[in-house]
Amino acid sequence: MSEKTELQAAVAAGVIGSEEAFRGLLAAIVEVARSIFGARASSILLLDEETEELVFEAVVGEGEEELLGMRFPAGKGIAGWVLATRTPLVIEDVREDPRFATDVAEDTGYVPSGLMAAPLLHDEQSLGVLEVLDRPGASLFSLQEMELLGLFANQASIAVDLLQRARKASRLLDADGELQVVARLAAAVDKLEDDRREAGLRLLGELADTLGK
Amino acid sequence: MTDVAGHGWDASHAALPAWSLPKDAVERISLPSEWPERVTRDWAWGGSTGEGARVCILDSGVEAGHPLVGGLESAVTISVGENDEVIAEEDAEGDVSGHGTACAGIVRALAPGCSLSSVRVLGSSFTGSGGVLLAGLRYAIEQEFHVINMSLSTTKKPFAGVLHELADSAYFKRSVLVASAHNMPVESYPWRFSSVISVGSHEEPEPLAFFYNPSPPVEFFGRGVNVDVPWLGGRALTVSGNSFATPHMTAICALILAKHPELTPFQLKSVLYLTATNVGGGR
Repeated sequence: MSEKTELQAAVAAGVIGSEEAFRGLLAAIVEVARSIFGARASSILLLDEETEELVFEAVVGEGEEELLGMRFPAGKGIAGWVLATRTPLVIEDVREDPRFATDVAEDTGYVPSGLMAAPLLHDEQSLGVLEVLDRPGASLFSLQEMELLGLFANQASIAVDLLQRARKASRLLDADGELQVVARLAAAVDKLEDDRREAGLRLLGELADTLGK
Repeated sequence: MTDVAGHGWDASHAALPAWSLPKDAVERISLPSEWPERVTRDWAWGGSTGEGARVCILDSGVEAGHPLVGGLESAVTISVGENDEVIAEEDAEGDVSGHGTACAGIVRALAPGCSLSSVRVLGSSFTGSGGVLLAGLRYAIEQEFHVINMSLSTTKKPFAGVLHELADSAYFKRSVLVASAHNMPVESYPWRFSSVISVGSHEEPEPLAFFYNPSPPVEFFGRGVNVDVPWLGGRALTVSGNSFATPHMTAICALILAKHPELTPFQLKSVLYLTATNVGGGR
């Protein structure tokens, strides 16, 4: 990260939402996805670039507690294929896939019988995978539903991008205490109202001029 | 069967200048096959099992010996060397997700006589997977496969230019590239290029039903919903997605090219148009 973007991130960290707020947004997305597809569970898996693993970041429905935070190699399995090829996929009767069963499902005791997965794409990046699992007694997934999941995944991608920006910014502040004061200033000014805000911005302007001399 | 390896190509053609046709050379490019007045499915692939056609599955690997896949002509895994050279090594791992095996099974079911090869471009590492995809495609074109099944695409714009060159190079070398259309509103490649056969899904249960799309970029719709396919560990699954419609079109291309090896990708696409279910395929 360049010096300029470091400063921008520091300012942004002071005013953009917290990690918890974005987590709440991801949780809401999987909840709605589960609801509109009448499924038993839905989850968002994100790519951890450093370890090349997929991590369950939001889970609703069966397996919720066990799956959250669980990791597995990003290059393999069904979610790995969707992530790498950036292509949605529908699989019925996932129990038949031994890799899925041994890697994730059997550990948690929750074994889905059907899965619909779409990549989370932002610009040219593949950020993760949105999954919808199991529809008891329902018919098989249709083409229209796949397209709907794709549209939904696009919305989720924007939330994921914001979450990752927030994480990047907070990591930066943890690592570099010098810039924390910039974030505190940005947050303080952001909270001011009316005359005090105007005065605060004027003060900062004067400060910038003085420092720039 | 005529010369499948050379696609019926007469070496004397190579002596012609590429950009003009002298008067005395006209006879030398007379077409080796005569098309019937009406191109039917029976003319296009009747009696063909795909024998003689070499098909490549560019994907996650293929589980060799799966009862629904059978033997493979070859299986390699692709990586990129320090100097950007393409490294193709014998694939000891097989399929890392099940998807490549599914595609191979679809092709095998429709074109049981064709030769299948696996070029694995997934699974080694997530970072740099776009470069491996390009390297794998380059390798497959060099191997002169008649049909290359590409049920995947990349959204990385820097790769689009190179992919475009590779797709054109395959087109002129008579390797037919059959590529999955993306069913999400994103820009991805190579399915958008006109030199490939791009495939989306229809919901009909008939495996040989395919539709020509008069509003490209997606040119054809193949069977892509609730398809029974082989998966890892000798198992079978029911799956849906454009990535499964693509091997249906790959198999039909293999059937046609096995019977008419002289066809260029341009001519093959014309035969596909004329035999599409919504054009002449119902007759």
